[in-house]
Amino acid sequence: MATRGFTGRRPTDGIVERLPPGQYLTEDFPVLSAGPTPRVDLATWRFTVKDGVRPVASWSFDEFNQLPRTKLTRDIHCVTKWSKFNTAWSGVTIDDILAEAGIAAPSPFTLAHAYDGYSTNVPTDDLTNGKAMIATHFEGQPIPPNHGGPARLLVPHLYFWKSAKWVNGLQFTNRDEAGFWELRGYHMRGDPWQEQRFTGD
Amino acid sequence: MPNVPPFVAPQPDRLLWQPATITAITRATPRVKIFTFRPADWPGFTAGQHVDLRLTAPDGYQAERSYSIASAPDATGTFDLAIDLIDDGEVSPFFHEVAEIGDTIEIRGPIGGHFVWRAEDGGPVLLIAGGSGLVPLMAMLRHRAEAAPDIPAALILSARTEDELIWRDELLQRDRDEPHFHLFATVTRETPRTPGIRHGRIDAALIEAALASLPAPPRTSFICGATPFVGAAADLALSAGLPFASIKAERYGG
Repeated sequence: MATRGFTGRRPTDGIVERLPPGQYLTEDFPVLSAGPTPRVDLATWRFTVKDGVRPVASWSFDEFNQLPRTKLTRDIHCVTKWSKFNTAWSGVTIDDILAEAGIAAPSPFTLAHAYDGYSTNVPTDDLTNGKAMIATHFEGQPIPPNHGGPARLLVPHLYFWKSAKWVNGLQFTNRDEAGFWELRGYHMRGDPWQEQRFTGD
Repeated sequence: MPNVPPFVAPQPDRLLWQPATITAITRATPRVKIFTFRPADWPGFTAGQHVDLRLTAPDGYQAERSYSIASAPDATGTFDLAIDLIDDGEVSPFFHEVAEIGDTIEIRGPIGGHFVWRAEDGGPVLLIAGGSGLVPLMAMLRHRAEAAPDIPAALILSARTEDELIWRDELLQRDRDEPHFHLFATVTRETPRTPGIRHGRIDAALIEAALASLPAPPRTSFICGATPFVGAAADLALSAGLPFASIKAERYGG
């Protein structure tokens, strides 16, 4: 159904093929979260991997920074419709975290947990094989608190609410358990190229 | 630190796009117009929720945006959106310059189960808005006035100028008429001409004044506006002693 009088402002070649449906390009880096920015103390920061309720590995911030580091430069896509190209991150891939923990991914579903009480569920296959990391740096600098520092999950090929800010753990689960936004009507996987914004998309 | 709210707005199994007819357009400020929409099939909504709009060009190109609902949940089968004109925008100039009463726009919604308030959720309620961040909070205030006028509420509202205060006259009227509602409006870029409107950015003193107008600490605080505004306001709210989990925020823009 065409909208009377709407012509739109098309993105140019080189941009249009990188924009998933319904998205527009921004040069800004908008901040989105459900509440205030939590005050996370590096002295007590920990990142914990759990298999169900059982902790299998845990690192302090200093220990975490000793893990192998990887750089990822990716386009990111927020469900609120903005996309940002060529965002440059560094951190520790989920593959390396699992290797350091001495385990293979124990189940097909993962819940990421964060210091503000936020959680989000991600299929484990979307985290492994170099697709995702726990990022500590953005554009060469420590991630600022309002963008999720000291560490955030980065799953750049899914809508950005899956990239939990202030992350403090990954929990492998046997069932696909809905996280914070997923309980509130957002999609369980969130692939922007399939425009999986909401339940049923 | 569980941040799970007491209420999650019910979500449909599937959010379908549907046509909605524009039934009224009014100018609220030099840069904001209010559009009333009548969808074909509208399930109602909870104050604080938003809808997605989708515009389609003749060749199939589409643009989508999200807008918060300004009206109170009611039985009219309609909802109001306040659309702020962004000069270099793609969608808001269409609404300001092209859209007319009788036009059909694709919508889906309502959306959002976190930044919402119902009378049953109780109070007191502290609302803090910057600019058009007022929109979802206005839905809450209107809902409160209709459904639960005894619930204490305070609104801290910041805008650049008095003319940019959306619903200024309605808010001043509510402040006069509603014994359990208090308005703390401030403008940052001019000396206000209306008695009772303050001058300057929101600060700790303004938060304290709003808290002092409530008979008890707020059960929930809702903060909405542009990103820097919400960051500053949320920090002020935390510094005033409000619990982290009692503060809900919605940010827009870069």
